Amino acid sequence: MSRRALRGLVQGRPNAPELRVHGRPRAREIAVKTQRTIWSLVRAGLIVGVGFIIIYPLLVKIASSIMSPEDLFDSVVKWIPRRPTLQNYVMAFTSMNYPRALLNSVTLVTVVSVLQLASCTLVGYSLARYEYPGRRLISALAIFTLVVPPQLVLIPTYLNFRFFDLFGLIPGGGINLLGTYWPFVLTASTASGLRNGLFIFSMRQFFRNMPRQLQEAAYVDGASPFRTFVSVMLPNAGPALITVFLFSFVWQWNDVFYTSIFTGGKAVELMPYALESITRYAREMYIERYGMVPAGQQLSLFRNAGALMYIAPVLILYAFLQRHFVEGIERTGLVG
Amino acid sequence: MKSNRGLRLTLAQRERITGMVFALPFVIGFIAFFLRPILQSLIFGFNELEVLTGGYNLTGVGFQNFRKAVLEHPEFNRVLFETCLRVVSDVPLVLMFSFFMASLLNQKFRGRLFARTLFFLPVILASGAIASMEQSDYMTAVLQTTSSSGISGGFLGAAALRSFIGSMKLPEQFLTYIVAAVDRIPHVIRASGIQILIFLAGLQSIPPSLYEASTIEGATGWESFWRITFPIMSPLILTNIVYTIVDSFTAADNELLTLIRETAFGGMGFGVSSAMSWIYFAAVSLILLAMAGSTSRWVIYYE
Repeated sequence: MSRRALRGLVQGRPNAPELRVHGRPRAREIAVKTQRTIWSLVRAGLIVGVGFIIIYPLLVKIASSIMSPEDLFDSVVKWIPRRPTLQNYVMAFTSMNYPRALLNSVTLVTVVSVLQLASCTLVGYSLARYEYPGRRLISALAIFTLVVPPQLVLIPTYLNFRFFDLFGLIPGGGINLLGTYWPFVLTASTASGLRNGLFIFSMRQFFRNMPRQLQEAAYVDGASPFRTFVSVMLPNAGPALITVFLFSFVWQWNDVFYTSIFTGGKAVELMPYALESITRYAREMYIERYGMVPAGQQLSLFRNAGALMYIAPVLILYAFLQRHFVEGIERTGLVG
Repeated sequence: MKSNRGLRLTLAQRERITGMVFALPFVIGFIAFFLRPILQSLIFGFNELEVLTGGYNLTGVGFQNFRKAVLEHPEFNRVLFETCLRVVSDVPLVLMFSFFMASLLNQKFRGRLFARTLFFLPVILASGAIASMEQSDYMTAVLQTTSSSGISGGFLGAAALRSFIGSMKLPEQFLTYIVAAVDRIPHVIRASGIQILIFLAGLQSIPPSLYEASTIEGATGWESFWRITFPIMSPLILTNIVYTIVDSFTAADNELLTLIRETAFGGMGFGVSSAMSWIYFAAVSLILLAMAGSTSRWVIYYE
């Protein structure tokens, strides 16, 4: 075997010229090349196809959010509107009371996800780094919370916050916390919010892989355990923190289930309600403005515009943070 | 020497206390917002619940609520069966698809970053509010039925597919499953976001040197897949099975969950609703145990 062939082997190119035994070298090279081209074509086709199915609902929304009423009944128009208009957005914007709902939701969801991040990181760190009785049990319980369907605790949770008495500590039948932000704050700061078991688990796996020497060095330098956590461990946990924060924010933003329990059906101005109320308000506004009842299709245009405005903040956040996404997942516990 | 040991003990003690303090939020949260509601919900299942102005009232009714849910409710049994069937049939589809897609996205090609960004979009968009709106949306329905390629509800034209597979003389059940599976392609794709992510991260953690070594030893791509990739990925397959089941039975568009909710706030009352969710929980736990149990037997931990 020549030197060149050996080098090819070492560099992971077993097809280096001298190694080819079967067939004429040239023909084989061509065959390999065609194979590669075909595969990359197939791959491109698959990715484009699947990608299309993924963004299809988004495309439908975008297309119909800029349609004018005339386009609806134009038989030529199916996808691309002939007379694009921003009227639907204006209608949705006003009937959702968008600035108000956006501000409320952003504030609430940011506070909730920061609290969740803080509490889950703390708990995850404790499970990864300290030895104490009951640690394994707590880890198991954190996973267990994920498996229980939220509907199981729907009614008791509702009632507990309706008559919140802190295990009987508050006399007089308890206070009604529904409709306030307290239920969100309480569950988030005690690491029992939406899918928080997953976050605890991820943080635990992440901190487990951090070198133990880091912690010991901090102790030798006289740092307290909490100080060690804040100024040594946290600065090194960037990707994991971003991933957990992104998931927490997105899930909380999209959540209707807990939000509807915690607000107790009261008209707190939050995004999910704003989206629901489009149908009602836009209808009233339409009647007021044009003096006739809007057709169902017409309302659907408003709703699609509203839906796009609903997901816009999350899409923007995702666009900014997506680079850290895979990296973070890789380093957090989601991988076994 | 003696004083030294005493110091070490206090350090260990201090660590133990710190650990417990750090974990305290979850312990409190678990007891107050999880354990207590679960126990209460079990109690509600055996009671008639009445909400009063200053609290609520319970009257014991034994297994009445469970009997009502199973025997008297017109929809419950059918919906429960359908939901469970859907969970079971989704798992293999989602798993195969996400594994395949992850290995595709793990290869090097131009626009890979963009493709990845696109593929994780469902994780972001799988939104409760949007999903519930979509079910009743007019435009979505219109565009789906009239567009010639018809993505959902008639992907590839289910009728054409049916006749094509029918001409191959396959058993009827098999045919139904295939047609149903093809119909669910969009759903499966959108339900696979996280699973692709998990598999992709797993694939990237496999050291390339393993593949190089096996290629030098003369292994084909097929062999190195089954001898390297698959064993290393097997714990993640289990993770994803569990995740897929959990995700699909808590999904926002789950018909049974809607039914349970409606029962609670407008139908037969809180008691029956609690009973329903316990039956559902039991059914799903069984599915979960059966699937995870049968899979974990061939999962290989290489540590």
